[in-house]
Amino acid sequence: MIKYLFNYIIFPGFLFTAIIGLAASWIDRKVTARVQWRVGPPWYQPLMDIVKLSIKEITVPRSASKGLFFLSPMIGLSAVTLVSTFIWLINIDPSSKGFSGDIIVILYLLTLPAIAVILGASASGNPLASLGVSREIKLVMAYELPFIISLIVPIIKSHGLLRLSEIISYQTTNGPFVASLSGIIAFIVMIFCMQAKLGFVPFDMAEAETEIMAGTYIEYSGMLLAIFKLTKTMLMVALPLFLITLFWQGFNFLSIWKYVILLVIIILIRNTNPRVRIDQAVRFFWGKMTLMAVVAVILAIGGK
Amino acid sequence: MAHKIIPIGPYHPLQDEPEFFKLHVDGETVVDIDIELGYNHRLIEKIAESKSFDQVTFLVERICGICSTSHPFAYVNAIDDLLGVTPPERALYIRTVIGELERIHSHLLWLGLAGHFLGYNTVWMWAWRYREPVLDIFERVTGNRQNYAMMKPGGARRDISEEDFPWIKKTLRDLIPKVDMFKGAVMDDPVIHARTEGVGVLTKEDAHDYCVVGPTARASGVGIDVRKDDPYAAYDKVEWKVITREGGDVYSKAVVRILELYESINIIIQCLDKMPKGPIDINIKDIPPGEGIGRHEAPRGEVIHYIMSDGGNSPVRHKIRAPSFMNIASNKKAVIGETISDATIILAAVDPCYCCTERMAVVDYKTGKKLMDGQDLIRLSQEKTERLRGRHNMPPLQ
Repeated sequence: MIKYLFNYIIFPGFLFTAIIGLAASWIDRKVTARVQWRVGPPWYQPLMDIVKLSIKEITVPRSASKGLFFLSPMIGLSAVTLVSTFIWLINIDPSSKGFSGDIIVILYLLTLPAIAVILGASASGNPLASLGVSREIKLVMAYELPFIISLIVPIIKSHGLLRLSEIISYQTTNGPFVASLSGIIAFIVMIFCMQAKLGFVPFDMAEAETEIMAGTYIEYSGMLLAIFKLTKTMLMVALPLFLITLFWQGFNFLSIWKYVILLVIIILIRNTNPRVRIDQAVRFFWGKMTLMAVVAVILAIGGK
Repeated sequence: MAHKIIPIGPYHPLQDEPEFFKLHVDGETVVDIDIELGYNHRLIEKIAESKSFDQVTFLVERICGICSTSHPFAYVNAIDDLLGVTPPERALYIRTVIGELERIHSHLLWLGLAGHFLGYNTVWMWAWRYREPVLDIFERVTGNRQNYAMMKPGGARRDISEEDFPWIKKTLRDLIPKVDMFKGAVMDDPVIHARTEGVGVLTKEDAHDYCVVGPTARASGVGIDVRKDDPYAAYDKVEWKVITREGGDVYSKAVVRILELYESINIIIQCLDKMPKGPIDINIKDIPPGEGIGRHEAPRGEVIHYIMSDGGNSPVRHKIRAPSFMNIASNKKAVIGETISDATIILAAVDPCYCCTERMAVVDYKTGKKLMDGQDLIRLSQEKTERLRGRHNMPPLQ
């Protein structure tokens, strides 16, 4: 019991993932700044942002539904903590951990942060937040479809394994899935879905600052906003690791470069695109991306 | 059905100035828009009546930080018109150079902001970085990055040193590859196309009806440009062309502005090549009674200044018509029917400048009701002009 709590809260769960996430978020901000001819923040800036927000007052709008307003940041944070604990543990010791079907549980848990944002924002009772919510719901529906379809590819390729640790060991013996045609297509689709899940440009319409002033987060302040920010930061660790686990033989501390490559891809996409409209995003995911995912599945069945 | 209202303003990350757009929305679609200005009224016209003619040049320079030479330019044109004089040749060229430099920095500024509004912060930072050399030219030539104080009734206040000419030309020529890059970024990027093409279309008829000016009009196929239609300063002495596009959408407006950058660079280089030596000022002593109208094609469109003098030390009536005043109203046509995401970039596409545009509103403090509408204010203004004309023995207008 104590061991599980230790795993969940300190290593490799909340604390460890948060530290890695803050470092990743600093890399993101620094690289973005350098691309934009700016100097960029010092390495402790993301941490300072969280600390500063934590000691600020929490204002609750009068029209808010209080329980949900306070609860939803926690839902998102606990879900992403659980996911990252699980993925870290499996990758550190692939032989013993996991249960059959854990891949599906992770799929659900990865949706929870978005659901938490939707719940919290609709609880705040702000018209701009409700606009953000409607965009977020559409976006979730848009990217989940190709995300789930491309998730089938590694399952097919590993001949029906639903256990993450087994998928890793299958790849260790038979080579990574990204090396195959269907694998790389599904991987690319997943990268775009990851960008949307993280809420980065070009899919940041739910919090579009210049349109609806942070949209879903507009009424959040202080500690609650800090928790939402931390959730997003940790998602920046959990999602790439999930992708690496599924397609790229998993990772250990020596193969940190895989994570860095994914991070660089995220940052590059983010800095070379304007924000798209929500209808364009839905068309993109349900059109091109779903098509690509289906093609990948067919190729995987054909053994490519 | 009651529509939800999405406020843009009075304080909103979209714009740096206080303004209020009430978007009536049905889902994401904008069904109606209320435009409310007047948060930043500063009584410039009234203040002008208490300043001497020379001081007014500096006052109107502070109407707007971005087009800070357009207002003085139109003002000195008005004074020259009142006096019926033409400033020395060299002064005309200097005015043209400063006016065009301002157009370059203003268009680059808009380009960056448009990128920011689309969530494309890289374009924002890059455009503003390449705007810096233009501000460096200003700093070297006039001593200031903004508020250059180069305009003077009857001439120019400062000369541009011949030694600086090669450096200015080189800096501007270095700018051309960067403008090429932006041109490529806007014209070739599929996502920018998707966000701007066919968005916020202002048809040629609507452009006529709303009397829009400047790049907003030229992007709708209305080729009006004071520099060409009624040449002043040195604009008829150099070769350049008016850029027009037929689309009327945000994309056309961006393209018009980017292509105008090339024309402006071209005009400045020609002016520097042709600039004659000689005096820069005719040293005006008195302003006789009379009235004058000055026009200038500001980066946002035609700005008009009207000056009336009674022979005294300061204008008795000073009327300013800024270009955004005409352009902002056209949002009513362009925004309705689009989505909220597009509304922001459409509102920004006319390159609105609210502090130039602010007009007074008379509101009952207790009930919050408007006591005078636009028609009443126009009538008041016209009555005042007639009264002044009567006092100075001028024939009534109309």
